[in-house]
Amino acid sequence: MAAAPLFEIRGLVKRYEGRAVLAGLDFDVARGECFAILGRSGCGKSVTLRQLVGLERPDAGTVRFDGTDLTTLSEEELYPVRRRVAMLFQRGALFDSLDVFENVAFPLREHARLAPDELARRVAEKLALVHLTGSEERLPAQLSGGMRKRVALARAIALDPEAVLFDEPTTGLDPMTSASIARLIRDTTRQLGVTAVVVTHDLALTRHVADRIAFLDGGRFRFVGTWQEAEATTDPLVGRFLAGQPEEGEDVV
Amino acid sequence: MSLPARLRTAARYTGGLTLFAGRALRVLVTPPFELRLGLLQMERLGLGSFGVASITTLFTGMVLALQTAYSLPGLGIKYYIGTVVAKSLTRELGPVLVALIVGGRVGAGIAAELGSMQVTEQVDALRSLATDPVRKLVTPRLAACLLMLPVLTLYGDLLGVFGGLLIAVGQLDLTAAFYLNDVTSSLLIGDVASGLGKSFVFAFFIATVACYNGLTVRGGADGVGRATTATVVTTAVLVLISDFFLTKLFYLLG
Repeated sequence: MAAAPLFEIRGLVKRYEGRAVLAGLDFDVARGECFAILGRSGCGKSVTLRQLVGLERPDAGTVRFDGTDLTTLSEEELYPVRRRVAMLFQRGALFDSLDVFENVAFPLREHARLAPDELARRVAEKLALVHLTGSEERLPAQLSGGMRKRVALARAIALDPEAVLFDEPTTGLDPMTSASIARLIRDTTRQLGVTAVVVTHDLALTRHVADRIAFLDGGRFRFVGTWQEAEATTDPLVGRFLAGQPEEGEDVV
Repeated sequence: MSLPARLRTAARYTGGLTLFAGRALRVLVTPPFELRLGLLQMERLGLGSFGVASITTLFTGMVLALQTAYSLPGLGIKYYIGTVVAKSLTRELGPVLVALIVGGRVGAGIAAELGSMQVTEQVDALRSLATDPVRKLVTPRLAACLLMLPVLTLYGDLLGVFGGLLIAVGQLDLTAAFYLNDVTSSLLIGDVASGLGKSFVFAFFIATVACYNGLTVRGGADGVGRATTATVVTTAVLVLISDFFLTKLFYLLG
């Protein structure tokens, strides 16, 4: 029998000002899997991701992590979950008053009582994983977009989480940097045996990292499956998205 | 916006602010305490404000002395200049002017900083790292304001009295000893205490309004701008209105 999935999402509904952004999502994410959610800009991908650690609450439905329904927990009760599920924000969301070392050390200082040399060792280890050894004393404002994302990744994995949620990890980066971020995501998640949920519209990234993909449109999944299944799908919209073609009958302004 | 919609917005804001202030106070008095962050904020918000507080109160003390002597020339009032300056500064002008000036500076800074953190997802990042933004961001600033505003006010009182002394000696031909004797014999501990009590309440308004406005910013740079402006206006209005009621209260208390 296969192990129970790490995330189980059922009937997820989220409305903003009366408009249903998510209109009933059901999906599972297995342990150790990399699950990518694709879709056009503004289709509710990031909103879905934020539900997975309770940063936002759904209007209906359940979000189970390792068997616990997060939608019933208070903010304080979510903290143990958030120590096990890290999130990588779209623009990194580094603390800009702290240098690179302190950013990566932040979750360790908060949650792990470590001796100073052990703390330094752990930070160095995480920075080495994202190839940023030697940048400890730089401030986020002095870093390029790609470096910021790498620091953010190092901070996200500082507590050795079981799952990492990636919000548009390559948006705003050039293709080469995107490719190196993609490789980094794959390497770190494989090396650490981490479950990953990636929200993106970057097909190259998805091909590189995802075990399964889901295509979100109109608040529902049009497609969930592997790449082989996606390429064989007869759904015209999914086909067009994967081929990078404009929507049928869409006016090009 | 229609009137009912405005009232609803105002009610929602007041309710949200009240709950937030209650939560901030609760977190403030429950360990673990963020001492290092608190000290950092005391340095930034408090020490950084001594300059503006100095100019405000020194010149207010000087103007008080001049105005009083010039507007009521025939009554021999210049012999009571020390009393006038000391009483009005410690009870009223010191706490209110320092709260308005320092509150504008500090409140705008807090709202802009926390607002920027909110729109760049740094506040969400804190939450996602299982850290309470109220404990990390709000309580250090609240504690710094509660401690430093009364200190700044007390310092401002002293400087304002000194400003009065400059005018008394330089313009009104009084001796420093006469002026200071007038100040010390008229000034009661209750005058100073009521002023400091006021500034403590003002500090609470400044910190909670600024933090709440910053953390509830929506949108991008324009949201931060609006929150900053709203903070300066709201804190100034709150200081002036609450000052009236606090004045009543402190006179009733004696």
